[in-house]
Amino acid sequence: MSESVALAIEGLSFSYGNHKALDDINFKIRLGECTILLGPNGAGKSTLFSLITHLYDTRQGRIELCGFDVKQQSRLALAKLGVVFQQTTLDMDLTVDQNLRYHTALHGLSRKLATERIQQELERLNMFDRRFEKVRQLNGGHKRRVEIARALLHKPSLLLLDEPTVGLDVPSRKNIVDYVHRLAAEENIAVLWASHLMDEIYANDHVIVLHKGQIKANGMVNDVLKLTATATINEAFHHLTQGQTA
Amino acid sequence: MSFLHYWRAMSGIVGRELWRFVTQRERFISALVRPLVWLFVFAAGFRAALGLAISPPYETYILYEVYITPGLCGMIQLFNGMQSSLSMVYDREMGSMRTLLVCPLPRWFLLLSKLLAGTAVSVLQVYVFLAIARVYDINIPLMGYGYVLPSLLLSGLMLGALGLLLSSFIKQLENFAGVMNFVIFPMFFMSTALYPLWKIKESSALLYNLAQYNPFSQAVELTRFALYGQFNLHACLYTLCAFIVFMTAAIIGYNPSKGMMMKKKGGE
Repeated sequence: MSESVALAIEGLSFSYGNHKALDDINFKIRLGECTILLGPNGAGKSTLFSLITHLYDTRQGRIELCGFDVKQQSRLALAKLGVVFQQTTLDMDLTVDQNLRYHTALHGLSRKLATERIQQELERLNMFDRRFEKVRQLNGGHKRRVEIARALLHKPSLLLLDEPTVGLDVPSRKNIVDYVHRLAAEENIAVLWASHLMDEIYANDHVIVLHKGQIKANGMVNDVLKLTATATINEAFHHLTQGQTA
Repeated sequence: MSFLHYWRAMSGIVGRELWRFVTQRERFISALVRPLVWLFVFAAGFRAALGLAISPPYETYILYEVYITPGLCGMIQLFNGMQSSLSMVYDREMGSMRTLLVCPLPRWFLLLSKLLAGTAVSVLQVYVFLAIARVYDINIPLMGYGYVLPSLLLSGLMLGALGLLLSSFIKQLENFAGVMNFVIFPMFFMSTALYPLWKIKESSALLYNLAQYNPFSQAVELTRFALYGQFNLHACLYTLCAFIVFMTAAIIGYNPSKGMMMKKKGGE
């Protein structure tokens, strides 16, 4: 596998009983690249994320994270992964700092290194001054920023985000979208972002459209527009999913 | 993956649980109120109704309050074990369980750490309860407070592992009410927590057998003997075996390929 490939999925299929949730999925994500995973409800996005994060075991096909097989070398693979889940997973009764320290402990960082990383990530998101506030006191946008900071503390190569802007107001959303795009380019990490909001896609993004467990399009924004002979990614998405809303 | 990584992760998980417990005052108080009501009200009421003969580890006639004190220690740990499993189901529904399971450590180790964290909380609760009981004149030999620590750790681990196992089967938080009716109450009432085995035998042979093989009974007896500076080998081995069985089943339950997680399909 090329060193620049952060995530490689080959021939991945997955079923719940007789229902096929994912059918022969193949794609690669490179370092420094922001990939948007688009799909209507029930497309298989959550199943795909559960397989990448090893919550479920891969039965058919293969997932490699920075060259490590998620099933066979799960610990080495998971060490390269940062995740922001759809629901807030912070402990509301603990402070921002306590939440982040818990994460650094799980990743085995020393106290000194944890302090440095927490400061670095929170300062980048303008949240350092609020580190001793309880998470409960933060608004939705700020909670999301803390979750992104947390996912980056152990310096992952791949950042997974599962619809992280759901329920946020427009400025908070824009702030996070801009930040993550910048992060991919400046820090040279790969981003896989599940979304249903077309305005979160930038012109130079890699887009994967997932529908009924199958990949309908996989390429840069321009490639997808050419493939579907459409002018906007919104039209392309509707064309590929027969008008279903994301 | 170094030893230091394991140590830091376990300290983080246990520390977080202890911190949460001491800062959640309501949880702390409610965990104590339940056994204290049993001690102050139930035991006082039944003192006259139940006559207890001298039986090990007691060397003299004892009041009913003294008899049920180890049982109430077990009750604290039983409820705590189930509460931990409730919080696991809640964490899973809320997603925070995922943040734990995606960290780069073996799943068995993460579950064991979570279990140790719950046990640490339950041991803390038991000691506070024993301190209040002492004020109420439940006099246990001072050495007993030290001897009881390992037995509380073992029984806490066993009951916590049972909770962990149940949490791997429970799909939703709502199903937890069933645990209360079908696990906590039968385990507690069909045990030696409230009445000695020979007393149960007098009334029902079936109940006697159920109580005898109930791992909760053995955990209570282990604690009862330890409080009086005695070691009950049979109870210790029984509790240890029950812990190993429950823990192994829980680890299988949380295994991504073999367990129940596959059946808990998340929404897309």
